[in-house]
Amino acid sequence: MNDDAQDAVGDYRYGFHDPEDSTIRFDKGLTEQVVRDISELKNEPEWMTDIRVKAYRHFAERVMPDWGNCEMLNAIDFDAITYFLRSSKGTESDWDDVPEAIKNTFDRLGIPEAEQKWLGGVTAQYESEAVYHSLRDDLEQQGVLFFDMDSGLREHPEIVKKYFCSVVPYSDNKFAALNTAVWSGGSFIYVPKGVHVEMPIQAYFRINAKNMGQFERTLIIADEGSSIHYVEGCTAPTYSTESLHSAVVELIAMEGATIRYSTVQNWSVNVYNLVTKRGIAHKNSTIEWVDGNIGSKLTMKYPAVILKGEGSHAEVISVAYSGSGQHQDAGAKIHHLASNTTSRILSKSICKNGGRSSYRGLLQVSPKAQNCRSKIVCDALVLDEDSQSDTYPTMEVANSSADLEHEASVSKVSSDQLFYLMCRGHSEDEAMGLIVNGFFEPFTRELPMEYAVELNRLLQLEMEGSIG
Amino acid sequence: MAEEVLRLSDLHVSVEGTEIIKGLSLVINQGEVHAIMGRNGSGKSTLANVLMGHPAYEITSGEIYYQGKPLVDLEVHERARAGMFLSFQYPSAIPGVQVGNFLRKSVNSVQGESALSAREFRVELKQRMELLSMDKTFLSRYVNDGFSGGEKKRLEILQMLLLQPKLAILDETDSGLDIDALKVVSEGINSMPSQTSSLIITHYQRLLDYVKPDFVHAMIDGNFVKSGGPELAIELEEKGYDWLEV
Ligand SMILES: Nc1ncnc2c1ncn2[C@@H]1O[C@H](COP(=O)(O)OP(=O)(O)O)[C@@H](O)[C@H]1O
Ligand SMILES: [Mg+2]
Repeated sequence: MNDDAQDAVGDYRYGFHDPEDSTIRFDKGLTEQVVRDISELKNEPEWMTDIRVKAYRHFAERVMPDWGNCEMLNAIDFDAITYFLRSSKGTESDWDDVPEAIKNTFDRLGIPEAEQKWLGGVTAQYESEAVYHSLRDDLEQQGVLFFDMDSGLREHPEIVKKYFCSVVPYSDNKFAALNTAVWSGGSFIYVPKGVHVEMPIQAYFRINAKNMGQFERTLIIADEGSSIHYVEGCTAPTYSTESLHSAVVELIAMEGATIRYSTVQNWSVNVYNLVTKRGIAHKNSTIEWVDGNIGSKLTMKYPAVILKGEGSHAEVISVAYSGSGQHQDAGAKIHHLASNTTSRILSKSICKNGGRSSYRGLLQVSPKAQNCRSKIVCDALVLDEDSQSDTYPTMEVANSSADLEHEASVSKVSSDQLFYLMCRGHSEDEAMGLIVNGFFEPFTRELPMEYAVELNRLLQLEMEGSIG
Repeated sequence: MAEEVLRLSDLHVSVEGTEIIKGLSLVINQGEVHAIMGRNGSGKSTLANVLMGHPAYEITSGEIYYQGKPLVDLEVHERARAGMFLSFQYPSAIPGVQVGNFLRKSVNSVQGESALSAREFRVELKQRMELLSMDKTFLSRYVNDGFSGGEKKRLEILQMLLLQPKLAILDETDSGLDIDALKVVSEGINSMPSQTSSLIITHYQRLLDYVKPDFVHAMIDGNFVKSGGPELAIELEEKGYDWLEV
C-alpha cells in the first residue's frame, strides 16, 4: 500500500490558476507572502491576517519537537507541500490513482461505488450533503450556530475573535503555529445557554472526510448548561494525496456544559497526522475526547483538557492501531487547575506487523487544586514480535490531597483464547478479529452505531491480513 | 449397526516432549454416551484437547478417525464446523465480546448456510437459556469475563445446545457445581437429541447419576485400564483407582 500511495502522490500536479476556472492552488512551499495571500483571498479581517502572520513567523523559527518520532518528523519536507487549495471540484484525483489496497477495503466493507469514489477523492460532491443541510436547519431553530470555519469567521467575527487561539495559542507548538498560519476549513459551532443538542453532530460520517482538510481549524463553544456531541472523521480508509494533516481543535465548555468530541481517523499510510486538540472546562463542566487512530504514517496527538473551573471533569478515551510502517504516538494531557476536578484516561493500543504505538500522557495537579481525582488506564495488545508498544506517562502533582490511580498493561493474545474461539468454529483470523474487537470495545461502544459497526469490520479485515 | 463417529487406535500424545497419552484405543458410535473417569493428571484433558486439535499437543503415533476420516487433516475450527464440540474444563475469558453476539457468530460459523435466521435464533436462545435457568442479562456480559465457575459451565452447555454437535466432549463440566446447578446442567445435557454421541470426562460419579453412560472407562497414566458399563462408575467411586494400578 505504501508504494501505491507513493505513486499516487507523485502524480500530484500543482500550479496557480485563474479564480475564474474556480481552482486556486498556491505554489508549493510557505512564505509570509503566501500566508498574506491566503488571508486576502478569503477577505479576512485584519486581525486574522495579523494572527496568521505572527503564527507563520513563530512556525518558521520554532524547532521540530525532539520527541515522538524524530526520524519520521524530520522527513517532512515543508517545501514540498501545497498550503492552500480551493477548487469547485474539490481535490479530485483519478480513480486509477487510488491504491488497490484501499479500493479492496472499500469493497470488503461493502461501501457503495459512489461513496468509494468520493472517499477516494475522485468526486468532491456526494449526496449526503443534502443530509448536512437539513440537519443544519434543525440546529438553526435551536439557535445553534454551525458553520465551516471560514463562514463562521465571516458571519460571526466577534465570537471567533474572542475565542480563536484562546485555548491553543499559535505559540503552543510548531504545528499549531503552522495551522494558525494557513488554516482553512474545519467547523465553527456555538451552542447557546441551556440548549442540548440531542443528536451527535456528525461532520458527517462520509461527507466529513472532505471537510477534514489539510489544515482544518475547529472551534466549539458550549455556553452555560448546554451540551453537544460532535463527531468527525471516517472509519473507512480516507485516501489523501496530501501528506501533511495538521489540525487544531479548540473547545470551550462554559459552566455546567458538556462537550464530547469523537474522532476516528483512518488516513492512508502516506499521511502525517499532527493534531493539537485542547479544551478548557469551566465550573462543573465536562469535556470528553473520544479519539480513534487507525490510519496515517505518523500520528502525534494528545487531546488535552484544562480543568479550570471547580468541579469540572475530563475524560479521554482513545484507541490506536498501528500496522506495518505506522507509528501512533498518542495519549492525553490533563491539567487540574481547580479543586474537586476529576479526570479519567483510558488508552488502548494494538500493534501488529512491525507497527509501533506509544502512549504519551501528562497529568498535572496545580498547588491550589484540592481533592482532585484521576484514573489512568493504559492497555496495549502486541500481536507479534516485530511490533512495539511503549508508555511515557508524566505526572506533575503539586497538591498532596490528589487521589491518583495509574494502571498500565501490555499483553499478547493467549493461545488459550484463540483455541477456545476456534473450538467454536471461528478460523484463527476470525478469532483474532473477535479478540481485537473486544479489546477496543470500551472505545467502540462510545461511538455512534455506524462508526462502531464499520470499525469492527475494519479491524476484522486487518486481522485477516487482507489489508495492505 | 450404528454409525461410527470416533475411532482412536493406539494413540500416543506428547506435551513438550513428555508422553501423556500412551496407546489409547476407543470407538464411539452414533448416539453412545461414554464416560472417562480418572484422577487428576491422568491425561483426560489432554485427550479432550488433542481431539479438538490444540497445537500444544503432539500426536507421536496412532490414529484418530472422525466420521471415518483422519482427523489430523482438519484445523481446529474445521473440527468444530464438522460437528465436534468441547465443553472446556477452564473456559477462557474474552473481554469486550458480548455473550449474545458471540453465540450468534459461533452458530453462524458452525452451521454456515443452514444457520437459523436471526429471529429463529432468538427464540431458540431464549428457550435454551430458560432450560438452563440463565437470566437474559447474561447476553450482554463479556464471554466468561468475571463469571463464577457455575456460570462458565452453564455457558458451555448453552453453547453445546445451540451448536448441536454430533460429538460432544464434556471436560469436567460437573466440577465445582453445587447440586442444583448440577441438576440444571444435567438436564441440559439430557436434552440433546438421542443421536448425539458424547464423551463425558469426570472424576466424580455423581454426574453419572443424572446422565446415564453406556460405557465407562477408567483412565490411569494415559491409558484405559478398565472399561465396562455404568456399574464401573459406582465401583470406582467406592474403591478409588488404586486397585486398578499394576
Ligand atoms: N499444555 C500443557 N503443558 C505442559 N504440560 C501439560 C499440558 N497439559 C497437560 N500437561 C500435563 O499432562 C498431564 C496430564 O494433564 P491433564 O490432561 O490436564 O490431566 P487431567 O485432565 O486428567 O487432570 C499432567 O502432568 C499435566 O501437567
Ligand atoms: Mg482435566
